[in-house]
Amino acid sequence: MASKLTTSNRAGWGFALPGFGLLALFIVVPFFFAFFLSLTNQRLISPNPTEFVGLDNYRDLLSISVLSIPPERDDAGQIIRDDDGEPTYARVRTFTRNNPDFPQYAGMREWFRWHSGDTAKVVVATDVVFWKSLRNTLMFVLVVAPVQGALALGLALLINQRLRGINVFRTIYFMPVVVSIVVVSLLWRFLYADDGLLNNILHALSFGLFEGRDWLGDENTALGAIKAMSIWQAVGFHMVIWLSGLQTISPTLYEVASIEGASKWQAFRYVTWPGLRNTAVLVLIVITMQAFALFAQIDVMTNGGPLDSTTTVVFQAVERGYGKQDISGGSTISVILFLIVLSISLIQRYLTREK
Amino acid sequence: MAAITSDNHGLRLVTRYVVLTLIAIIFVFPLIFMVMSSFKPDLQLLRDTSGIRAFLPVGDISLNNYVAAFERAPVALFVFNSVLVTGVTVLLSLLLCSMAAFSFVFLQWRGRNVLLSIIIATLIVPFETIAIPLLLLVSKLPWIGFDGFTIGWLNSYRVQIIPWIADGLTIFLFVQFFKDLPRDLIEASRVEGASWWQIYTKVVMPLSGPVIATAAILKFLVMYNQYLWPLIVVQEETYRPVMVGLQYFFQLNTAWGEVMAYLTVITVPVLTFYLILQRAFIASIASTGVKG
Repeated sequence: MASKLTTSNRAGWGFALPGFGLLALFIVVPFFFAFFLSLTNQRLISPNPTEFVGLDNYRDLLSISVLSIPPERDDAGQIIRDDDGEPTYARVRTFTRNNPDFPQYAGMREWFRWHSGDTAKVVVATDVVFWKSLRNTLMFVLVVAPVQGALALGLALLINQRLRGINVFRTIYFMPVVVSIVVVSLLWRFLYADDGLLNNILHALSFGLFEGRDWLGDENTALGAIKAMSIWQAVGFHMVIWLSGLQTISPTLYEVASIEGASKWQAFRYVTWPGLRNTAVLVLIVITMQAFALFAQIDVMTNGGPLDSTTTVVFQAVERGYGKQDISGGSTISVILFLIVLSISLIQRYLTREK
Repeated sequence: MAAITSDNHGLRLVTRYVVLTLIAIIFVFPLIFMVMSSFKPDLQLLRDTSGIRAFLPVGDISLNNYVAAFERAPVALFVFNSVLVTGVTVLLSLLLCSMAAFSFVFLQWRGRNVLLSIIIATLIVPFETIAIPLLLLVSKLPWIGFDGFTIGWLNSYRVQIIPWIADGLTIFLFVQFFKDLPRDLIEASRVEGASWWQIYTKVVMPLSGPVIATAAILKFLVMYNQYLWPLIVVQEETYRPVMVGLQYFFQLNTAWGEVMAYLTVITVPVLTFYLILQRAFIASIASTGVKG
């Protein structure tokens, strides 16, 4: 290093400090603050002093258990059956409310159940809504990450050909990305409505066979509808990232492949795909992180409903931390979310590491 | 390619364009529907969804929805707030993030590597995971302004601007770009006796057009489309940005025509901006892909 470029502590800190200071105060501090707050009972505004409560918040959120309930029997030991011939069971609340024999289930509620023989297996949790939000978020990520990644790659391959006017198509495919997800959500709320565009299109395409349904009002279709819309909105973003990956692949490799008589599929399999390795890791990680942050769509379109079928982890964090002013509860959810995102990124990096 | 007969080639070409166009329709139809509907009265708007008329400016076309939307909510104020917050944040972000990156790349100082590692580490922290603790933090921060010393930043422009100025990605983009600049140039200026500030303003920044455009566009998209943060820190109408202003239109019986008018007002300027600068927009997203 030249003499004039040797240490210059004062100038160095002077240039870096304004930016770094803001980043530290507004990103690093709240990040560690979240861990601290999750161990307290902090509220946004409260007359009472904040108390340290240890891991109580985590216990309240995460406690989950499986309750085995044997069918009820009469005095002769016969299983009591209802009119449909199904066995009857004691109500879950007899175990979870004021039952000194089962202190571990106190305050829990039923999430779902299944049957093993005549025994009912009931999954009970202290915070069923949080578990639902976790399940919904994971389902969202598991569908959106691969589907959006694959569709984006398909579009990138389509756009990567030499055709007159191809830039026009690229511009159009990317267009929803610059539109706010809030605007998109409101627009699609209309498309998905009972008397909305989608039902009318499906009705026409099926020659009147399709009856139309309230996509967002039905717990079986609401999350799916939000997945489809989210994929539509952001697929152009990832198309562009795939495209920049495609353009780093040397054209001579394709020439060699065609001289060797490789089919289109072989060229993709042995030239394109290996060349996209790093891009694939990046796309997957970015989509996963974006998908875990699912919030605006929910807030605008369903508010978590119907029957909590679309509530998500971030939606719960905001509803508690801001809506109910329960900062510690919201922070606990945030910490759990961060740990999930971190471990998934690490797993993805591990699975896609250079062998 | 050359071996394909011309007939076959023509047919294939047509097929390609048909496929490309069908996909284009999928991406653009909701936006066309939005703009067209904004000119129609509610009854007609709903009736038109049964056919192709939904995408055509036909029937009773007027600007009534726009007039009604501006009456229902202070639309101009919301747009002003968003433009102000976005503009100021983008400018300050470009300045402070490029300065930090300049220091990391060109200056030697103790603690440099540690700080840069911290900044890179923040890239894996989604904003959504710090929103709630940040809400508590800003509600306790002090401020000295025209009305003296106050505590709490809620309901203000500063709460929408200051936390968003510095971010890992912007600093990282500048660092990557500065690393590729010829170091001789900086050393030569230094030998000639230029101060670091002069080198930053006169030598480095004038060469940084592409990365400035990239960082500005990414920040612009993030800031103009802000939703979660202003939703929780701004309750007063005076400081609301456009996306939160949408709540005025969530009614029991939604007036869809007005909603479409409002969506058009807040979206079309961005889309126009994008269409004019589409190459730069797409290049800026592509450059985030380098970070892998």
